[in-house]
Amino acid sequence: MTEPRRIPTKLALRGAGAASAAMLLLTGCGADEGTPVLTWYINPDDGGQRVIAEQCTEEADGEYEIRTSLLPADAPSQREQLARRLAAGDSSLDIMSLDPVFVPEFAEPDFLAPVPDDVAERTTEDTLEGSLQSATWDDEIVSVPFWANTQLLWYRESVAEEAGLDMDGEVTWDDIMQAAESTDTYLGVHGVRGESISVWINALVESQGESILEDPQAPAEDVETTLDSEAGQQAAEVFSTIGEEGLGGPGISSMDEEQAMRLFQGDNGSFMVNWPFIWAATNAGVEEGTLDQEVLDDIAWTQYPQMEEGTASAPPLGGINLGVGADSEHPELAYDAVECIVSPERQTEYFLTNGNPPSSEAAFDDPSIAEEFPMADDIRESIDNGAPRPQTPFYNEISETLQDQFSPLSGVDPETTPGTADEHIGEVLRGERLL
Amino acid sequence: MSTATTDKRAKLVTQQDRRRQEVRLGWMLAGPAFVVMLLVTAYPIAQAVYDSLFSLRLTAPDERDFVGLQNYLTVFSSTDVFWRAMLVTILITVLAVAVQLVIGFALALLMHRAIVQLRGSLRTAILVPYGIITVVSAFAWYYMFDINSGFVNRWFSWVPGISEEMDWFAETWSALAVIIASEIWKNTPFIALLLLAGLAQVSDDLLEAAKVDGANWWQQLTRVVIPNMKAAIMVAVLFRTLDSFRIFDNVFIMTNGDAGTEVLSLLAYRQSIMRLEIGLGSAVSVIMFVCVVLIAVVAVKGFKVNLAEGTGSNAGQKKETK
Repeated sequence: MTEPRRIPTKLALRGAGAASAAMLLLTGCGADEGTPVLTWYINPDDGGQRVIAEQCTEEADGEYEIRTSLLPADAPSQREQLARRLAAGDSSLDIMSLDPVFVPEFAEPDFLAPVPDDVAERTTEDTLEGSLQSATWDDEIVSVPFWANTQLLWYRESVAEEAGLDMDGEVTWDDIMQAAESTDTYLGVHGVRGESISVWINALVESQGESILEDPQAPAEDVETTLDSEAGQQAAEVFSTIGEEGLGGPGISSMDEEQAMRLFQGDNGSFMVNWPFIWAATNAGVEEGTLDQEVLDDIAWTQYPQMEEGTASAPPLGGINLGVGADSEHPELAYDAVECIVSPERQTEYFLTNGNPPSSEAAFDDPSIAEEFPMADDIRESIDNGAPRPQTPFYNEISETLQDQFSPLSGVDPETTPGTADEHIGEVLRGERLL
Repeated sequence: MSTATTDKRAKLVTQQDRRRQEVRLGWMLAGPAFVVMLLVTAYPIAQAVYDSLFSLRLTAPDERDFVGLQNYLTVFSSTDVFWRAMLVTILITVLAVAVQLVIGFALALLMHRAIVQLRGSLRTAILVPYGIITVVSAFAWYYMFDINSGFVNRWFSWVPGISEEMDWFAETWSALAVIIASEIWKNTPFIALLLLAGLAQVSDDLLEAAKVDGANWWQQLTRVVIPNMKAAIMVAVLFRTLDSFRIFDNVFIMTNGDAGTEVLSLLAYRQSIMRLEIGLGSAVSVIMFVCVVLIAVVAVKGFKVNLAEGTGSNAGQKKETK
């Protein structure tokens, strides 16, 4: 009988404690009231952006506080969420981590607060060429490059040797396709219907000195793609050969960057085009004991494969730019924070801890980078040679149509697919066809 | 004589009064819910119909144009997209519902006839798939058949046509087969439960009379049981058809519309949410809504499905009339 009576007293005590704690919190809040809070919508990473947010908050010394808010995992879903919020005039979008391909779409309707000239100047002083292009729309800098990404050709030394391929010289797509066939191994390419299809086809076309889109500034009804050309057909030929001959293995139609890495690490791995995250991931695999050290020792890298021998390739470009929402209540503070976030030292730190390469040239000079990432120089070269995907507000439609037409790989016909893709993109953008 | 008529009349008046009061009470009880339903369903539906008449892109809010029925024309003329999605949706609906009905009926019979001690646990066991969230069951089926992590290929590689290197989600027919199978697995319990309620309505007297007349098991089933639970069957079929027609989760997770498995709701999602083309997306949604209404009207008017009867309340009514 005494037990139930005791509980209320305990509860009352606890309640009193909670109330006094709340009072303390309230007074604490009162002291902080003057500090504006900036929300930074970040893409998922290994926690690096959160650390930078804390560091910059500390550096701001009470001028502002950065809080991070996590966006969905894949770029298209990030775009969907940001676009809906921007269109609705959400004032909490102070800083956004943007995939560069969606920058024009947000810049065109003035969803992004203009970058002050001095900030633009200071933050793009030594930005690598490919990355700078991706931050620009209508000849103006509309977002600030934060980090850049690119794909390298990763290969298993043992397979290259067996195939008799000289990896120090120039390597073409034909070379690696033949090598995979002769050694009975699989290529790590991205055959899953998704953004990686567009990344791939754009790189193949750009590597021949052509562009998918003639006039990126054109309004929707005038957008014309040029896939039905020599360059487009050559690109389709690569897709079709890999698909028809099964060079990507049986799981090609669900193979994304992750799956390609796993295939590459396995017994049938040979050559793979992929982002540098695979280096950190493979190292981690060895440390955890899920992978043999031999696999890691067998891995080497070089520049993205060429389409024609002698013509330098134009590797895919990715990364993240920072944008400030047009409806943000503190755009000036947000740009102060952006400057803090993209400083070369932080980019270096972010590369070392999260494996995402800098967009600033100076950030690569740090000696610790070469130690941790032996391929850092190749990455820098690749970003500099890289070609961004079409910079247009209608990128999503173009990309979706490309994905639709160029997957599955085995269904690609070099004669007809490029023409159909051009036709469908035009019809979709003129509003004559569903996607 | 006259007192008797007045008595009768008085009785009738009080009965009418009572009925009127009951109707009023009914409205008072259901009214608030009805108003809320109007607000949360009628308003968005009206908004969608209105939006479908505009060329409107979320990222180009200034370029909103009234285009009349142009969006609908675009949808209907996209033969290889819209009509294909419509066909796939109908195919999934018809196959899934037909198989669910057969298996569901068998399970209902099993539950109905099961020994009393087993009945409770049997019902629970059969209901488990229905209790699982669709997204979770879709992921489970996806991983089962996935070429990288699935066990189906390994376990069943001895079956002709299945090999360890088979990618189920790369071809239309194999992908649709997995999608339909997951639909069936998930929703058969629902049909089974509704049919069980229907079986309970079939009077034992009728069955006994049939037995006395020398009807065998099959004759009892087709001549007595099924005709007497027609209402329950129709309600089950209607509910499942409406649900299956709006299928989204399974396809979204397993193929995201790849390999020719795009269905109508995914098509609407693609236009409105992914492309941010609000006008075009609304048009697809409105068309889907009309289809669903048509199915319901055809079922209710054409096949005379009485929603109130199917839920088993007519068993109560019968007792009352007795």
